[in-house]
Amino acid sequence: MSGRSTPRPKDRAGSGDGAFARRAKVAILAGVGYLVAFVFIAPYLEMALTALKPDRELTKSPTTLLPEHWDFANFVNVWKAAPIWKNMQVSLIVAAVATLIALAVALPAAYYTARHRFRGRGAFLLLVLVTQMFAPTALVIGIYREMVALDLTDTLFGLILVNAAFNLPFCVWILHGYFSSIPKALEEAAYLDGAGKVKALVRVTLPLSLPGLVTAVIYTFIGAWNEYVVALTITSSPDRQPLTVAVPGFVTSYQQHWQYLFATSLIAIVPVVILFVFIERYLIGGLTAGSVK
Amino acid sequence: MHDTIEAHGAGATTPAPASPPSTSALRRLGRALAPLPWIGPAVILIGAVVLWPVIEMVRTSLLRISSSGATLGNRGTGNYRDLFDESDLVSVLLRTVVWVVGVVLVTIVVSLALGQLLNARFPGRRIVRWAVIVPWAASVLMTALTWKWMLNYYYGIVNKVLQGAGLIDHPVNWLSHPTQAMMWMMWVAVFVSLPFTSFVILAGLQTIPEDVYEAARVDGAGRARTYFRITLPLLRPSLLVAAIINVINVFNSFPIIYAMTGGGPGSKTDTSTTFMYKLAFSGSGDVGESAAMAVVNFGLILILVLVYLRVVGWRGEAQS
Repeated sequence: MSGRSTPRPKDRAGSGDGAFARRAKVAILAGVGYLVAFVFIAPYLEMALTALKPDRELTKSPTTLLPEHWDFANFVNVWKAAPIWKNMQVSLIVAAVATLIALAVALPAAYYTARHRFRGRGAFLLLVLVTQMFAPTALVIGIYREMVALDLTDTLFGLILVNAAFNLPFCVWILHGYFSSIPKALEEAAYLDGAGKVKALVRVTLPLSLPGLVTAVIYTFIGAWNEYVVALTITSSPDRQPLTVAVPGFVTSYQQHWQYLFATSLIAIVPVVILFVFIERYLIGGLTAGSVK
Repeated sequence: MHDTIEAHGAGATTPAPASPPSTSALRRLGRALAPLPWIGPAVILIGAVVLWPVIEMVRTSLLRISSSGATLGNRGTGNYRDLFDESDLVSVLLRTVVWVVGVVLVTIVVSLALGQLLNARFPGRRIVRWAVIVPWAASVLMTALTWKWMLNYYYGIVNKVLQGAGLIDHPVNWLSHPTQAMMWMMWVAVFVSLPFTSFVILAGLQTIPEDVYEAARVDGAGRARTYFRITLPLLRPSLLVAAIINVINVFNSFPIIYAMTGGGPGSKTDTSTTFMYKLAFSGSGDVGESAAMAVVNFGLILILVLVYLRVVGWRGEAQS
């Protein structure tokens, strides 16, 4: 980012040779870059191409890369083939509500620990740091037993609770880091202007912590949207399962509808990828705050 | 310094020494409870939904649980004895080590190169960065299912491409051979770990100030020397954090193996995570024995967490 638009003296002195070498280097870098990009995209291209094949072309051996007949109707028919509209609603509700809860609970905790010293502050931050490393997968047996005990199996509320709680530590941590980096003096200036504590937080600190907020929101939302193992374990009715659990159901020993499986996968993946691309810039700042600190 | 905010509130108006002892005790209590409304909800949510399962898991590992999930009484260490008697346990644990170490090592080495590439200046870098993000945003389960389809014996594109390139003579049923299946699943695990890791390294690279390189150039240090003597040591914090987060993620990785081979044939491609799940939820599942496996896994993760705390340099209250 540090603008190197003006050529260094050495390059100017080196006349055509240096310029050529530099251009060749950029060309090679770009070439390698595009190849890398292709490798990362390729499986999802195959996903899209398979989603556009009619049934009979799926069981053609050897396979063809492109569909011979482009069956765009798959993306329409898939909604009738299974209750994926319902599954999508479940995924959306669970991810959205879990994100809201995680944020609503994390914000005050992160703010208070960043601005005040108090007894138990260290213990609280340690709790947050340690539980950040706890994955639902490792605890799935315990989560399952707890959900049975609370009678929350096969409910959206159970899924929401688990997703909110397991993403909460990361949200607290990242927001704590951001709030700590914002000088208190800015808030104090707002007090002098007659603003209260909450108003100063909302008007001054939150806008400045936007990258942290965005990172926390997206991280939680995507984590919940893609969560698999807990949903697989505690839900059983088809209309209460999120997309991740419903999608594999298109390919079982009874039916092999790979085109529907991939059509639904794309419907689930594309919006999230777009979301991620939007925050790419924030992401690097967020990761710097989260890991290098 | 830390009291500046309260100083603007009620604290500044009442002079402390003049108040009688009872009020001051009350005030001390008030101050001790003051953080509660702010951090209480977080403590409750973490306690009830993250810590409770830990306790429940340990408790369950000592209980006799029927296949329908009912508690039939105490079992002492019986579940652990059953677990250690499992003939597959040793090979599953060894495979888990190979899985974790292999995937994380390859991920980090490749990510070091990728981070460098994403940090270099070339036209279209933005788009390359977006492409590298894609497997991070996509669900791991769905990515694993795509690879399973691409590796299909009859209809998979992988066999077609490799045959076209003359690398194999006949189509290979990749996912039915334990070793080959393991290699492919490790590749998928690397594939989904690369985005996060290379972005952490990219973020680390961007914190290295340009003048450090300038100084190295002035000193006549070559490229390799600059990289190994300056870049790598300065990347240390990012690398350590990336390594530990990856170790924990890869250890807990479930969807790849579950979707691609189901751990089969038998338990020949299971890691301790999928093995634990299958103990509870497949066939005549035994939740008690599975909980014992989970406790063993969790103990291993706790050790990793302790290492992580050392790495990030946790110093209790001093942390800010």
